[in-house]
Amino acid sequence: MTPVNNPNNKILDVQNLVAGYIPNLNILHGCSIHVCVGEIVTILGPNGAGKSTLVKAIAGLLSVVEGSIELQGKDITGMETHKLVREGLGYVPQTENVFAKLSVAENLELGAIHHRSSMAETREKLYDLFPDLARFRNLAAGKLSGGQRQMVAVGRALMASPSLLMLDEPSAGLSPKLTQVVFQQLLKIRDSGVTILMVEQNARAGLEISDRGYVLAEGVDRVNGEAQSLLHNPEVGELYMGGHGKSTMENVVTASATSENSTPGDSA
Amino acid sequence: MMQFVADGILNASLIALGALGLSMTYNVLRFANFAQGEVLAIGAYFALGAVTVIGAGVGVMGPVKFGWPLLVSIPLAIVCTSIVVLMVDYLVFRPLRNSNASRITLIMAAFGLSLMGRNLIHLFAGGDPKYFSFYIPKAIEIMPGVKMVPDDLAIIGLCVFAVVSLHMFLTKTNMGRMMRAVSENPTLARINGIDLKMIIRMTWIIGTALAVTAGTLQGHIFQAKAEMGFDMLLPMFAALILGGVGNLYGTVLGALVIGLAESFAVYFDLSAYRAAVSFMIMLLVLLVRPQGLLGERE
Amino acid sequence: MELLGVVSFLVFFLIQSSFFSLTSIGLNIQWGFTGLFNVGIAGFFAVGAYTSAIMTGPHYDDTLFGGYDLPVPVGWLGAIVVTAFVAAIIGYITLRLREDFLAISTFGIAVSIQLIANNMDQLTRGPEGLYSLPKPLEDLSASPLVDNILYLGVCIGVIGLVYWGFERILRSPWGRVLRAIREDEHAAMAMGKNVFAFRLQSFILGSATMGLAGALYANFIGFISPTDFLPIFTIQIFVMVIVGGSGNNLGAIVGSVVMWGVWSASDSLIAAVVSPDFQTQAAAARIVLIGLILVLMLLYRPQGLLPEKHIVSAAGRMKLKGED
Ligand SMILES: Nc1ncnc2c1ncn2[C@@H]1O[C@H](COP(=O)(O)OP(=O)(O)O)[C@@H](O)[C@H]1O
Ligand SMILES: [Mg+2]
Repeated sequence: MTPVNNPNNKILDVQNLVAGYIPNLNILHGCSIHVCVGEIVTILGPNGAGKSTLVKAIAGLLSVVEGSIELQGKDITGMETHKLVREGLGYVPQTENVFAKLSVAENLELGAIHHRSSMAETREKLYDLFPDLARFRNLAAGKLSGGQRQMVAVGRALMASPSLLMLDEPSAGLSPKLTQVVFQQLLKIRDSGVTILMVEQNARAGLEISDRGYVLAEGVDRVNGEAQSLLHNPEVGELYMGGHGKSTMENVVTASATSENSTPGDSA
Repeated sequence: MMQFVADGILNASLIALGALGLSMTYNVLRFANFAQGEVLAIGAYFALGAVTVIGAGVGVMGPVKFGWPLLVSIPLAIVCTSIVVLMVDYLVFRPLRNSNASRITLIMAAFGLSLMGRNLIHLFAGGDPKYFSFYIPKAIEIMPGVKMVPDDLAIIGLCVFAVVSLHMFLTKTNMGRMMRAVSENPTLARINGIDLKMIIRMTWIIGTALAVTAGTLQGHIFQAKAEMGFDMLLPMFAALILGGVGNLYGTVLGALVIGLAESFAVYFDLSAYRAAVSFMIMLLVLLVRPQGLLGERE
Repeated sequence: MELLGVVSFLVFFLIQSSFFSLTSIGLNIQWGFTGLFNVGIAGFFAVGAYTSAIMTGPHYDDTLFGGYDLPVPVGWLGAIVVTAFVAAIIGYITLRLREDFLAISTFGIAVSIQLIANNMDQLTRGPEGLYSLPKPLEDLSASPLVDNILYLGVCIGVIGLVYWGFERILRSPWGRVLRAIREDEHAAMAMGKNVFAFRLQSFILGSATMGLAGALYANFIGFISPTDFLPIFTIQIFVMVIVGGSGNNLGAIVGSVVMWGVWSASDSLIAAVVSPDFQTQAAAARIVLIGLILVLMLLYRPQGLLPEKHIVSAAGRMKLKGED
């Protein structure tokens, strides 16, 4: 079940990434992470740590100031966003991740614009994985519930048969129960051969299905390790609390789980 | 009375074509292109040139003064005008987009280009109106008391054909779907692997094609002059806003309302104020239903 | 005699520049300070011109209005009020909506006013225009030069007053809110500011200034007709404000004088150099050129030659990377 973190088999390798939205105002200050084939890796960190910024930079939406990004051994630093799909990168942004005015079927078709030949086949597989998508295929995506929209977003990304799927807070706005459903599906997706890198606010649920994790703070990867060990690492809790008080991740996680819905989501 | 309805529909067809072009650029490029009128006018002049070269009236078809030269000249004019428009986008709008210029800057640039376009026509083609041909076809009675020139009927038909084609293109083709995706969320579209630059070029070409068709047909039934597009701009914007920005069917409906309203302005002897009539309707809509007839509230 | 000619030309030139300067200041309030976009400058200028012309002008046999013979300052006040009223209607309807709706509506008002000027004979005498408009202080001397110098004094006085007034309000808390709105509308809203009301006030203020400029123009030239208020006027003002640097009133004045100088010089040049057969082409080419200047300025020096003396906050520029 748990693939090894085999550094010789990296699918994504980000080295010392420096990037931001505005010239001379960097958000990431030398961030390094990697993901190996077959893993689920979760990026944790307090609000505003730069998690979304990191995935946006990987997806080519921001200019990279320094550092490098390699995908399947190929340097993709500075590559235009629209070319990354063909390099095997799937990306589900945190917000506005479906075309609300387009139907579910059209959303999925747009995911496969570079994979027309295998489209029907992939779509059938998706409909098996997410029966709701088949049921609502002719409905405008904007009319669906939060959980269903998230499925459309993930499904859309999967239509391009990515090697690496990046998800930015897939559980945002979902009930704990729905979060579990989505995460179980992520496990299935991984088992079907897609490596997953995700950003999660919901640290415990995220780490539970992950192999490894990184904790980001102020644009730098501060701690990383096996998912289980992160849960018990006091340093992690400290980072999460912004240095106030000492606590292990467990405590923070329980604290954040109760206040989960009142945490202000970032507006990236 | 019915005659004015018929004239209004003819007018509406031309407005609809132009306004649909405007709507395409508005949705995808996200700014009100004040130079759309000049795209229309330049297209009409290219078509006029083509008709003249081919030899107008060579092949009059039945009761229509249309002739195959006109039908050939439209695609030719679309190609020539598209090249001009794409060049302008490359030289002006693309750098502005890349420097994250505000919409206001884009509008200002378009307004400046519009002035340039009109005066370039003056410079190269002179200020006098130009006629596509001097052959005057006979009007036929299509209903008791309603007379129309066969050409006008053909033009209405052509406009309906263009609108239906656009609809099919946007809903049934991959490219059309991509365009709708970009107009809704350009970032997500890029994430999906859509090349924004290519979509932008396509949008300009389609917007140009619609405008050139409108301009050529208008030039054919009336005349071509440098201000022909500029004079259409307000009715086109009014149709766009009336129907609800972003809603192509709304745009067609808006054009119909504006076309009929202008025609009734003529009926009530207010022909001089036609453009002002469309403006009044537009203000009224903005006041009571700013999202337009078919638009959704934001 | 030579010198006198130069002086009277200079005075005439400066008077004309002042109409542009005042209009540019008006646009600056709207665009430079509040980020509102007016594509109908010529229309607001025309409203002011016609209002003052009708209020102060003589009786014409063929119009329903006119012949009120009101003092010129009253005409100017009237111009301010009527233009403000027109702006209030447009602003009230469109300023809550997307920013381009304001642009389209101001364009619409300019087109409509052009139509009224051309066709509503009972009010505007159509293309023939309104003539014999009174010029203030013209009875004080018999010399046209002295008249003009006096009028220049009046213009400078009016501009000085408007400039001083605007500088004061722009430095007041009101002006700071305007800038905050331009930089970041949502932040301003979050601070509890009624963005719509501020915008409306700014839009009305700017348009009324344009109307006043139109009135000053009408009473100087003494004759107005629809061709004085074409879209090219709007473009000229854009260029003047951009050259001067948007958000800078002194820059707006400098930009107006400089660009009007360039325009007048090219006028003389064309008259002197181009053979009469090609005068119309030369005129068209010159208009193409002014459009080109506008576009080039937007591309290469959008901040103008005299940019505003403050740093645009980072929040105002937060955006994702563009498509290439
Ligand atoms: N579009 C943007 N433009 C400028 N700054 C942004 C933008 N989005 C986020 N930021 C800033 O970047 C920092 C990191 O944000 P983000 O990566 O979204 O954090 P998170 O870890 O919560 O996902 C924050 O300080 C935020 O204010
Ligand atoms: Mg985030």
